[in-house]
Amino acid sequence: MSKTKSYIDLKEVPMSKTKSYLEIKNLKKWYVPGDLILKGINISITKPEVIAIIGPSGTGKSTLLRCINRLVDPNGGEIIFKDLDLCQIKGSTLRKVRRHMGMVFQEYNLVERLSVIENVLTGRLGYMTSWQAFRKKFSQKDINTAYELLKTVGLSDHAKKRADSLSGGQRQRVGIARAVMQNPDILLADEPTSSLDPKTAVEIMELITDFSKKNNIPAIVNMHDVKLAQRFATRIIGMSEGYVVYDGEPSGITDTLLKEIYGGEEWME
Amino acid sequence: MDGIKNNYPNPFPTNWKLIGLTVLFVLYVIYSVEAMGLSWPRFIQGLSHAGDLLARMVPPNFTRWALLLEGLIESIEIAVISSSIGIFLSLFIGLLAARNFMPLWVSSSVRVFIALCRSFHPVIIAILFVKSVGFGPLAGILTLITASIGFIAKLFAEAIEEISLKQVEAIRATGASFSSIILFSVLPQVFSRFIGFATYQFDSNLRNSTMIGIVGAGGLGGTLFSAFQRFDYDFVAAILITTIFVILVWEFISILVRRIFI
Repeated sequence: MSKTKSYIDLKEVPMSKTKSYLEIKNLKKWYVPGDLILKGINISITKPEVIAIIGPSGTGKSTLLRCINRLVDPNGGEIIFKDLDLCQIKGSTLRKVRRHMGMVFQEYNLVERLSVIENVLTGRLGYMTSWQAFRKKFSQKDINTAYELLKTVGLSDHAKKRADSLSGGQRQRVGIARAVMQNPDILLADEPTSSLDPKTAVEIMELITDFSKKNNIPAIVNMHDVKLAQRFATRIIGMSEGYVVYDGEPSGITDTLLKEIYGGEEWME
Repeated sequence: MDGIKNNYPNPFPTNWKLIGLTVLFVLYVIYSVEAMGLSWPRFIQGLSHAGDLLARMVPPNFTRWALLLEGLIESIEIAVISSSIGIFLSLFIGLLAARNFMPLWVSSSVRVFIALCRSFHPVIIAILFVKSVGFGPLAGILTLITASIGFIAKLFAEAIEEISLKQVEAIRATGASFSSIILFSVLPQVFSRFIGFATYQFDSNLRNSTMIGIVGAGGLGGTLFSAFQRFDYDFVAAILITTIFVILVWEFISILVRRIFI
């Protein structure tokens, strides 16, 4: 209970005045005991910028992102968000924290049988009581915001279509609109462009970058396209075998470093 | 092809186990037919009896239509009440039995309960309820509620187990509560199948509601059974035709229901 209370008190403090957006300290995660996926991750986010996490598949990028909003439970370390250790919270406190973190998924994860606009509105569920949700009583303000967001991502004409009738790029736009609908203090994107063609991938990254700038919030984006990461991110974190091996400017990504991150060099030809 | 000296094994080897099991199964079926004393002459003999019965059924006798209607209305009422309650309860029981949403101890104990509901034929359950709550529709309703849970709670649970968890994960990530997650990510994925199961269960309850009357659990079955016992085969035929008609009407309605919801 005390945790919940402190959280609500601190919520009044505007994000821009607190120095740290997110602080990850010595984060550890294993699925099989002894086989660590994350071997002590330290990341500190102090600026509302786009941060790309690059690294080969299976290196724990997804796990790291999912630890932040606790879709995956970490085994050790701390994640400080709004002065709260996310590794310790549960129940309603956890749900209240989650609603401040928008998440974008590689395979969009839209509820396929709901319409596009309904999918966007699900971003507000964390702010509603179960009874309101049961009656589908979304506030007029939320409905207006949802339609405005659809306009922003260019899907106004598709509002009433079922989500599974959209193309991949369109679905990801809905996915982003849903995440932004939460009015998040941080945006987490797990390989948001990996299932898309190169042109659509750029458009999706532009959207994420725009939302990050407009709302003044950091966006953590997992990706394996290094070029795309360098183009859009202002900070790149390189991960390899469960460790952070690079954390800095996009320009600092050298061939030597890429060799270290991905292993081998034949692929770089 | 010159250099290849080894013979590699055929990736589709002969499955001796399957062949053995098939032979055993066929032998068992032959043995069972023998043990039951089934033979072609016995079948022919049976056919002539069937001919007699059919002859006495024609023409169907609708003169006691009031009795028939009374039984029919009671059957439909039993079916509607038991389907509504049974399907409503099954929604929750099915969710509790879904292994991907509930801890193992919950889902497995609920599954045992569902299996218990399904383990006996409705007529046997009807006998138990008639003995415990007395003759009449109440016993019939309780029987069919049990039968509905036994059947569609299991189907509901399996439908829930087959959904895409990615959609669930996305709704969970918005900070939605458990009931909102169910409502916005599970239900949309299973709703159309639930409608299908529910209409089928109502169909099944309608048929069963005419049958459980045989053991005194109310409905048209009681009328049917006494007509049989009094050798009123023309009235039996009338009852059977009416039952078929009701089932056909429901078939038509269920198509409409599906069109509306799916």
